[in-house]
Amino acid sequence: MNNDILSSLRPAFVMTGLFAALLGLGYPLAMTGVGQLLFPRQANGSLVTENGKVVGSTVVGQAFTSERYFQTRPSAAGKGYDGLASSGSNLGPTSQVLHDRVKEQVATMQAAEPGKPIPADLVTTSGSGLDPDITPEAAAYQADRVARVRGLDPAAVRRLVDQSVERPLLGFIGEPHVNVFELNRRLDGIGAKQTP
Amino acid sequence: MTVQGWLLIAAFVGILLALTKPMGLWLHALYEGRRTPLHAVFGPVERGFYRLSGIDPEEDQSWRRYAVHMLIFNAALILLTYVLLRAQALLPLNPLGYGAVSENLAFNTAISFGANTNWQSYGGESTMSNLSQMLALTIHNFLSAATGIALAFALFRGFARRSATGIGNFWADMTRVTLYLLLPLSIVLTLFYIASGVPQTLAASVDVSTLEGVKQTLALGPVASQEAIKMLGTNGGGFFNANSAHPFENPTALTDLVQMLSIFAIGVGLTYTFGKAVGNTRQGWAILAAMMALFLAGTAVTYWQEAAGNPVLHHLGIAGGNMEGKEVRFGIAASSLFSVVTTAASCGAVNAMHDSFTALGGMIPLFNMQLGEVVIGGVGAGIYGFLLFAILAVFVAGLMVGRTPEYVGKKIESREVKLAVLAIAVLPLTILGMSAVASVLPAGLAGPLNKGPHGFSEILYAFTSAVANNGSAFAGLSANTPFYNGMLGVAMWIGRFFIIIPMLAVAGSLAAKKYTPETAGSFPTTGPLWTGLLIGIVLIVGGLTFLPSLALGPIADHLAMIRGQLF
Repeated sequence: MNNDILSSLRPAFVMTGLFAALLGLGYPLAMTGVGQLLFPRQANGSLVTENGKVVGSTVVGQAFTSERYFQTRPSAAGKGYDGLASSGSNLGPTSQVLHDRVKEQVATMQAAEPGKPIPADLVTTSGSGLDPDITPEAAAYQADRVARVRGLDPAAVRRLVDQSVERPLLGFIGEPHVNVFELNRRLDGIGAKQTP
Repeated sequence: MTVQGWLLIAAFVGILLALTKPMGLWLHALYEGRRTPLHAVFGPVERGFYRLSGIDPEEDQSWRRYAVHMLIFNAALILLTYVLLRAQALLPLNPLGYGAVSENLAFNTAISFGANTNWQSYGGESTMSNLSQMLALTIHNFLSAATGIALAFALFRGFARRSATGIGNFWADMTRVTLYLLLPLSIVLTLFYIASGVPQTLAASVDVSTLEGVKQTLALGPVASQEAIKMLGTNGGGFFNANSAHPFENPTALTDLVQMLSIFAIGVGLTYTFGKAVGNTRQGWAILAAMMALFLAGTAVTYWQEAAGNPVLHHLGIAGGNMEGKEVRFGIAASSLFSVVTTAASCGAVNAMHDSFTALGGMIPLFNMQLGEVVIGGVGAGIYGFLLFAILAVFVAGLMVGRTPEYVGKKIESREVKLAVLAIAVLPLTILGMSAVASVLPAGLAGPLNKGPHGFSEILYAFTSAVANNGSAFAGLSANTPFYNGMLGVAMWIGRFFIIIPMLAVAGSLAAKKYTPETAGSFPTTGPLWTGLLIGIVLIVGGLTFLPSLALGPIADHLAMIRGQLF
């Protein structure tokens, strides 16, 4: 037994050092180099720049709360869409807090647009708190409001939503979804054209 | 439930079955120490590592020596991580200037990653510097996985060898698995993830001025390189707090599918490797069939419950499945599937928050772990855990017909059965014992976020996840306290090494035995009868012990949920 322990010490400590260098430094640093070379946009966060300012990432969601925009889902990341504090609500199915939160939001939405069925994703928080997407139903739900607030033709906004729906790969890998950031950028695009 | 959802599940299983044989053959080459095409690239590295550390890869180790070398190596790695985390503030590659990780959190995290658990009491993006993520954590993702596969190889040799004193060489097994399997596959997967939108940079964050003109800071870092091995090695420790639900860790439905496949790929391959090692690949397929049956049953329950949704929200006029804690790009089907995959294996990565699942939807992940994660299971750990159940199953079959049981040519006698039971008993004893303690002490009761039975589920889930070395959580539990960091750290250590040691003793004891050829009186261990017996033993021995605790947690929660009772 003692012999087993003594014979293990040199391999254990030297291998720890060697593997730390190879796997802890060599591998991630080499991958960073190759990634930056081959896919610089994605490797840096798929950022979108407008007029020299970074306005968002096509991958990670940002908060949209104004009526002028298609809104993102409720978020439990920090105070909402906090990119340094990703998190879900972690509220269980029998949570009073969850029930009250959803009830309040449903009441607000029904007061604004009575009788319209509310898509589930608009009143539930996502796993990350940074969900970039909403369902096509949730986008359609908001289309008339956005058109009204912006003074746009509702049919044009609905068309824009339809064009923005990303379909599942091969029909079954993933769910149909709309990237809210990209939809709102397109929306700003047509808004700019119509406003004299 | 939708046709598309079931198509996804069918495609997932189909791809896995197609991967089983090629992965198994590759692993078998490493098991036998044969030359592979990748030796041209990594062969010099392997030989250099042996020379510098004075290792003779040809030395055949007894099970005791194998165990001691494995333990001391893991202790050295855990020590390295502890020191690096404590010294974080003094080390480079810390652009956000994070301070030292507290003693109890560093203790918990070092054991957690060393034991292939990757339980995270911390939020990655708000605690760990880039150096800590790479050097202190990623290295365990490789080596705890390689250790698991090496241990499985050792047990295979126990069954395959005849009248032998040794069960192989730990250093050779571990190094070969790392260099010729985990590292090359991780390189390929990293590039795929980067191309799909996972960041890989040394910058820690970027400031965004959103379309509404608000400032948002996005955490970045060397994410893709960690993501690749996190899934492949069934580690599961996320770069970010939200793990694979975070769009930067798992940006598309395709990366999601690849992540799920990565979790199971090596595990299914090892069933084939086992069959090949003992000279009859049908032995491997019989095991895989039992695993797959348990897996599909669990998937069906979780998918059904999540698609059915939460009656509490239906009552408020929100129709459809349960979307709380789920991402739109994955939806109900892929989130349900992921939760079952990650807990069937010892991965613990999540793409949706299990805490917010429906009561029974969330019970399946919990139950999967309580079975000991033998449904495919963690890399290496799954198959060696399952083989311990196989030993019990032939023992039970032997009792029924009244003759000494045999399994793949080895007589199973009192010593092996005792050791197998010892290893299997670790789970219920530690999980239920520690959960009970936490459920009565004030420091334990301070943890849960949710009240009522769901709060108890959070505690039970935490200890189950720790002992089973999973690492996923009902994350509402505030676990970053000295009480939980300490208790869960010990739980993870027990759950890993108290199973490994008896298992290696079984390997040593089996290796020493003579070969017993199959006769007309032997219980056949390849057909459907055997597969059915295996499933029964896993459910009865592994699962039944936990039924009372499940009744107090998820089942009570379910009854409250359908009655609309809130807490």
